[in-house]
Amino acid sequence: MATPAVTSPASATDSLVRIENLVLHFPVTQGIIIQRQIGAVRAVDGVTLSIPKGETLGLVGESGSGKTTIGRCIVRLYKPTSGNIYFEGADLAKLEGASLRNIRRRVQMVFQDPYASLNPRYTVGSLVAEPMMIHKTGSRSEIRARTLELLRKVGLRQQFVDRYPHEFSGGQRQRIAIARAISTEPECIIADEPVSALDVSIRAQILNLMLNLQQDMGLTYLFISHDLSVVRHVAKRVAVMYLGKIMEISDREDIYDNPLHPYSAALLSAVPIPNPKVEQNRQRIILRGDPPSPVNIPTGCRFHTRCPLAQQICSEVEPPLEDKTGRGHFAACHFSERVGSLRAKGSIQGLGTV
Amino acid sequence: MSLARLLEVKDLKVQFKTREGPVHAVEGVSFSLDEGEALGIVGESGSGKSVTALSILRLLPVPPAEIKEGSVMFFDQDLLELGESELRKIRGGQIAMIFQDPISSLNPVLRIEQQIIEPLQIHLGLSKTEARGRARELMEAVGIPDAPRRLRAYPHQFSGGMRQRVMIAIALSCNPKLLIADEPTTALDVTVQAQILELIARLRRDFNTAVILITHDLGVVAGVTDRIIVMYAGHFAETARTPELFANPRHPYTLGLLGAVPSLDETKAGELQTIPGNPPDQLHPVEGCPFQPRCPFVLDKCKTYPPDVRVGPDHYSACWVDVTDPAEQERAMARGFIPLRQVRDRYAPETPASSTTIP
Repeated sequence: MATPAVTSPASATDSLVRIENLVLHFPVTQGIIIQRQIGAVRAVDGVTLSIPKGETLGLVGESGSGKTTIGRCIVRLYKPTSGNIYFEGADLAKLEGASLRNIRRRVQMVFQDPYASLNPRYTVGSLVAEPMMIHKTGSRSEIRARTLELLRKVGLRQQFVDRYPHEFSGGQRQRIAIARAISTEPECIIADEPVSALDVSIRAQILNLMLNLQQDMGLTYLFISHDLSVVRHVAKRVAVMYLGKIMEISDREDIYDNPLHPYSAALLSAVPIPNPKVEQNRQRIILRGDPPSPVNIPTGCRFHTRCPLAQQICSEVEPPLEDKTGRGHFAACHFSERVGSLRAKGSIQGLGTV
Repeated sequence: MSLARLLEVKDLKVQFKTREGPVHAVEGVSFSLDEGEALGIVGESGSGKSVTALSILRLLPVPPAEIKEGSVMFFDQDLLELGESELRKIRGGQIAMIFQDPISSLNPVLRIEQQIIEPLQIHLGLSKTEARGRARELMEAVGIPDAPRRLRAYPHQFSGGMRQRVMIAIALSCNPKLLIADEPTTALDVTVQAQILELIARLRRDFNTAVILITHDLGVVAGVTDRIIVMYAGHFAETARTPELFANPRHPYTLGLLGAVPSLDETKAGELQTIPGNPPDQLHPVEGCPFQPRCPFVLDKCKTYPPDVRVGPDHYSACWVDVTDPAEQERAMARGFIPLRQVRDRYAPETPASSTTIP
């Protein structure tokens, strides 16, 4: 991709969604009657990124990294503590009321668990029609016709329109959720782990469906997932999150072939590959311990407590997210030039040291 | 290398009674395991992989579950014939099990120490002090530092990865001959998953424990097992040694699975191969091969259940069709199947796989 010289991960010119310094802290309170705030879960702690129009940005990270929270901020299921979310010039973080509803028509969400995200008392038809009813996209008969059309589009039989969600398998339910999300002809879809709850054979069906819809409708995706293999398959640009911050963001090939942050390198080396030949000769970078709690984020670089490259400076100075190659490959690490050598030799500190 | 046969499961059939009729969870599965061997059982939800594992130790609730047929020979005893008290000596002693969700398998109101020393006192007859010393060693063996303090903690004070380490410590406490791990890393993050898989592999080397690893993730079994069984809808589909299965898959379902997973090492993106249709309904099983409604290679004779065809050394596939036959492939491609070649491009080693013949 010919990216112009960029100084910030959010400065791409043709972006549909642009997030600047997004912060979301959930308060932690104590006390029953008089509640005092004693701390905060720093779920998202200053994130800047942009999603180019018609493309897919993959957002990866482990549990607690804040990736879902970012997605939910964009559709404004959460109100950010501070920061801006620009959607074609309008700042989603500040909108309220009718103007927020209007934008929501254009930014839709698909959730992870299709067993929980569909109301069991609604028929498939009313589930798919609901967003169109809310946004008054047409008359009743128009909406009914469009519902049938949408079912066909996501690969469901039109006879299913009057059935209930419990009659469907996970994959079919996710198709219903997708039909519902695209019913208002949105420009952007936030897909939060859309295939994680599905079986392998069904997962491929849903991924292909999402890719086809993207082509047909020119959709922009924020694809949130913990599965790096899936993200590699769907996303052109990938951001890696750790404890509420972006550690690395770059084009897919750069990040997978040549990660410049030790956390991305460790994540990549930890993913099992369905090929015994590759598996046997692989050098794993095994991280020590578990991620720290987002209530108590380490000082300096938040990754330094588990980082195999950590030095004194890492616990004191937080490294900025900067373009390391001049081609839009951003990483937040003091020693990104050493990540390559780490990958080459793997790491011997593994088990036993936690 | 002749190893002693440790476990032999023959013709296992398990059903669940429901109001709508019996659910055929496992339909005649057979396999064996040698001492120190690692076997992967791969399948999607409803394939019967967990039920198979739970049946070995008779951990399924009866009713609704019912083991209809089969035998599970552990050395020379049939576990399905044993009385409850004899079985209890084996559970947690010679055969140990770890589960997917470590929080629901630990007792929340007991300290970790109590939970580790309990099997030591019961199975090995150690005194409390001896058991405590052993518990400390076990905690160190599974990589939990500061053992004396951590032993006094309760499960909720541990993270997911640490809890799974505790489970492994409990499972290994009595030096079992066999460790059954049912999706041990599914609930964990990838970096923690890597730690746990490495731990299982290391403990297997150190203690020569045989392992049955049950998972839906082909990547997980690729790294740690010697042999793999692929299951579909309660039936055996294919088994082979691990490298052979990936290099030379012979069952249409295995082919489909391999084609359907995006892999981190794939060189070209593009449309994933899909297995059309929906997961099987085991309340109303189809006649013959359970995969036929979704199979691109389907023939008329698939209405009769196929025999386990030997397609190579140690390699069996329950399928009528020779998927390597170009004519068969052409037929399948007309039904939207992505050819074997292309799937193999992504997985096969450079050297050709061992030559195979179909009887």
